[in-house]
Amino acid sequence: MNFPILSIIIFTPITMAVLILLLPSERPGLIRGFALTAAVIAAGLSVAAYISYDQAVGGYQFVEQLRWIPALGISYHVGVDGMNLPLVLLTGVVIFTGVLISWGIDDRPREFFAFLFILATGVFGVFASLDLFQLFFFFEIAVFPMYLLIVIWGWKVTREYAAMKLTLYLFIGSVVSLVGALAMYFTSGLGTFNMLELEQAAFTPAFQRLWFPFVFLGFAVLGGLFPFHNWSPDGHVAAPTAVSMFHAGVLMKLGAFAALRVGIMLLPEGARFWAPYILVLGTINVIYGALIASVQTDFKYVIGFSSVSHMGLVMLGFATLNLNGLTGAGLQMFSHGVMTALFFAVVGIIYDRAHTREIPNLGGFNKVMPLVAVAFIVGGLVSMGMPGFSGFVAEFPIFLGLWQVQPIVALIAALGIVITAAYIMRVVSGVFFGDMSAELAGHIGPVRGQDKVALAVLAGILILIGIFPAVMAPMVESGASAVVRIVGGM
Amino acid sequence: MASQAALGSMVISILPEILLLVLVIVVLAADLFWRAGRQYLGWLTFAGLALTLVAAMVYSRPAGASSLVFGGMLRHDWPAFSFQVVFLFAAAVTCLLSVGLSDIGDQGEYYALVVVSTLGMSLMAASADLIMLYLSIETTSIPLYVLAGYLKRDDKSAESGLKYFLFGALTSTVMLYGFSLLYGLSGETNLYRLAEGLRVGAITPWVLGGVAMLTVVGFGFKIAAVPFHFWTPDVYEGAPTPIAAFISTASKAAGFAVLVRVMLVAFPSIEFTWTALLAAMATATMTIGNLLALGQHNIKRLLAYSSVAHAGYAMIGLVALSELGAASLVFYLVAYIVTNLAAFAVVVLFARSAGSEEIADYAGLSRRAPGLALVMMVAMLSLAGMPPLAGFVAKFYVFAAAVQSGWIWLAFVGVLNAIAGLYYYMTVLKVIYLYRSDDEDKPIAVPGPHALALALCVAAIVIVGTISAPWLDWAMAAAKGIF
Repeated sequence: MNFPILSIIIFTPITMAVLILLLPSERPGLIRGFALTAAVIAAGLSVAAYISYDQAVGGYQFVEQLRWIPALGISYHVGVDGMNLPLVLLTGVVIFTGVLISWGIDDRPREFFAFLFILATGVFGVFASLDLFQLFFFFEIAVFPMYLLIVIWGWKVTREYAAMKLTLYLFIGSVVSLVGALAMYFTSGLGTFNMLELEQAAFTPAFQRLWFPFVFLGFAVLGGLFPFHNWSPDGHVAAPTAVSMFHAGVLMKLGAFAALRVGIMLLPEGARFWAPYILVLGTINVIYGALIASVQTDFKYVIGFSSVSHMGLVMLGFATLNLNGLTGAGLQMFSHGVMTALFFAVVGIIYDRAHTREIPNLGGFNKVMPLVAVAFIVGGLVSMGMPGFSGFVAEFPIFLGLWQVQPIVALIAALGIVITAAYIMRVVSGVFFGDMSAELAGHIGPVRGQDKVALAVLAGILILIGIFPAVMAPMVESGASAVVRIVGGM
Repeated sequence: MASQAALGSMVISILPEILLLVLVIVVLAADLFWRAGRQYLGWLTFAGLALTLVAAMVYSRPAGASSLVFGGMLRHDWPAFSFQVVFLFAAAVTCLLSVGLSDIGDQGEYYALVVVSTLGMSLMAASADLIMLYLSIETTSIPLYVLAGYLKRDDKSAESGLKYFLFGALTSTVMLYGFSLLYGLSGETNLYRLAEGLRVGAITPWVLGGVAMLTVVGFGFKIAAVPFHFWTPDVYEGAPTPIAAFISTASKAAGFAVLVRVMLVAFPSIEFTWTALLAAMATATMTIGNLLALGQHNIKRLLAYSSVAHAGYAMIGLVALSELGAASLVFYLVAYIVTNLAAFAVVVLFARSAGSEEIADYAGLSRRAPGLALVMMVAMLSLAGMPPLAGFVAKFYVFAAAVQSGWIWLAFVGVLNAIAGLYYYMTVLKVIYLYRSDDEDKPIAVPGPHALALALCVAAIVIVGTISAPWLDWAMAAAKGIF
């Protein structure tokens, strides 16, 4: 295929960011129009790529490779397989809905959308990357706009603290991984950063065991792995709505995906050695995240900690190193991305109108915004892993995979689902049902059309995958089987 | 005939220096006889430097093998040529930044001193003889002392000039003592022959190590490495801002040019000793520079400590003791220079309109001058090492060189320091983008020469950051030329 679809997906956002910066700041309508155009192009092409991926052939498709820094064997090299194509699609979906949700931003919308699109380019670039240097290059591009987005447009109370904490955590993680990646590059002796070639490098087991923790944990910081998850709830809560959606929905997957792509796939022996420890940490994520979520009174913190809990399931799926677990992890990354974007969109819609996120002060929102309530409940059912929704499709294989390696971990982690059900129901009853307090009643404005479209798209995807897992599961399974071939599991 | 051809090639090899000398005379003469055109002196100097740069690129590129010229005083090779290009670029931008500034913008002596100093740096990069080396270092430094103290009515500037002079004189004496011992031990002043003498003669490594340390004192002062960095914040703060920019970029790079050449050429016999010494210095330089930068309130002092830290990162490239290492050092300096010039350009413009160098006064800059705020963001993120900017690839190469040569711990020290750096660069951005101020409706003027300087630097930052292959190849060629 000669049409460079991935490059267009990657570079459309940043090109548009530059164009948006050149627009006059007093024309917000024009700025939003440009932003929506870019989002539609990126999302539309991701869908097109997803549909036209040939599953019968499998492997990496839409591959493009250009020499970039030949002296060090670095190239611009993109391609997608069953593992990362759903994530490209997820990014497209979230950038599209994120722009819709941010329609009402009126403080410097030009800079807001420009930074958001620089971030989007970074994310697309990492997901499609087949070159290790390029992966870091885009990874950092995805990290720094976050700081400005949170610190400028975030929640006034905690934004400075949360933005700095987030940025430093993620930067520490990525530079530690970077040293590991350099060690791989020089030890391999291949003189290339091409990850497909580095997979064949056959590093010694001692080297792999030494460097795996650096590389894997460095990226897993962004994936929210315990005990490095601390930045994430603070960051989610402080961020403006679209950024929380992007952040929890896409960026955490960025960390998890990079940990898989670089950590597990390039250092498989290290992965086998350290897998039991990741199982333990992932289990703590699931249980601890869910427990903390269930005692929060701030609506947004509940969702923030629920992300920590759900990302634990992704890590558990990775650590099984078998086909079921990895397939489940891949599906969970997509499903959780959409679900949590939906959650944060709902939180944002309610907070913009009620100006509080304290669950005890909220209530009765199903009467004033029924569609929002329905969307949230759909997300809640996904979160609980209810059959018929995408969460079940994702979590079931993870638990199958876990049972194959460590039944006890499967049992403990399953408790997380019970706790999840408890806090989701508490939020649903506290926010959407019951009676609205006197000071809120009558002051809640209508929901914008853009918001409704965004929620409908997100909820629709969750239901679609729940009812027809065949639209995604076989593709992820083909990607997961490629990983399994490398790590040599079942 | 043969001797004439040789003379011709020798003249060509110092063509940039000759042109610079002509430029000094032209600038002084214009200042004297063309009273009405004094405000164009900056443009004139810029044009002269740009012309020299073009002439150097076209005519004095080292053709084949490196050659010693003028009786072994100078070496015409790729590293010298690369550094000369960098100095000329930095000097040209410095002149643009000086145009229209009160007390310096229309002064012929000011521009003449900048050009003389550039001439000195150019010779420093090419020096292959201890005597030439010392003379060129002084030719560079003495005009800079004067320039740092150029604002005669400003106490801080006077303090800056005096402090710079005292530190410079002291360290240069120690270095000269080191040179004299080198001569005494080897009986040679030419670096390349001297190395032979040191290898053959049975000199205890301890003595030689001590001599190396004495010379490092002088170079350490030029590059502002810990523990010879104490002058940096005061000098930067007091000196006219374009001069602070010049000292922090071109002068630092010149220091590195001689440090690299002397260490690699004269002391290969004790490389384990001096790499260990420089690794310790690099660690201290990065860490102390970054830690002290954390608490600064004045943007020039912040940039001063940040420039100390950057010297530390660049030293990693030398410690790696490989071709990639030397190349990464050259590349790092190029990236650092274009970035730091952009940052200082913003400081010059802000001080010109708002009259302040306090970081807190940068509040509201993103509303006051969105374009300038964006340039500052690009500069800060490049200094912090964020892609797609020059600073990222530069750090990447330096750390890659360290890992390649087995200096894994040094790479870790480097990356952890990058995080401390990120913190204070981000803090500046926070002030610019988040905080509000009452002066938001007062615009900041960006005159033509400054706009050109900003455009040149930002374009360079982005190009070096994204299309880095040709620059890396160039740096590799320079690195090969040293050995």
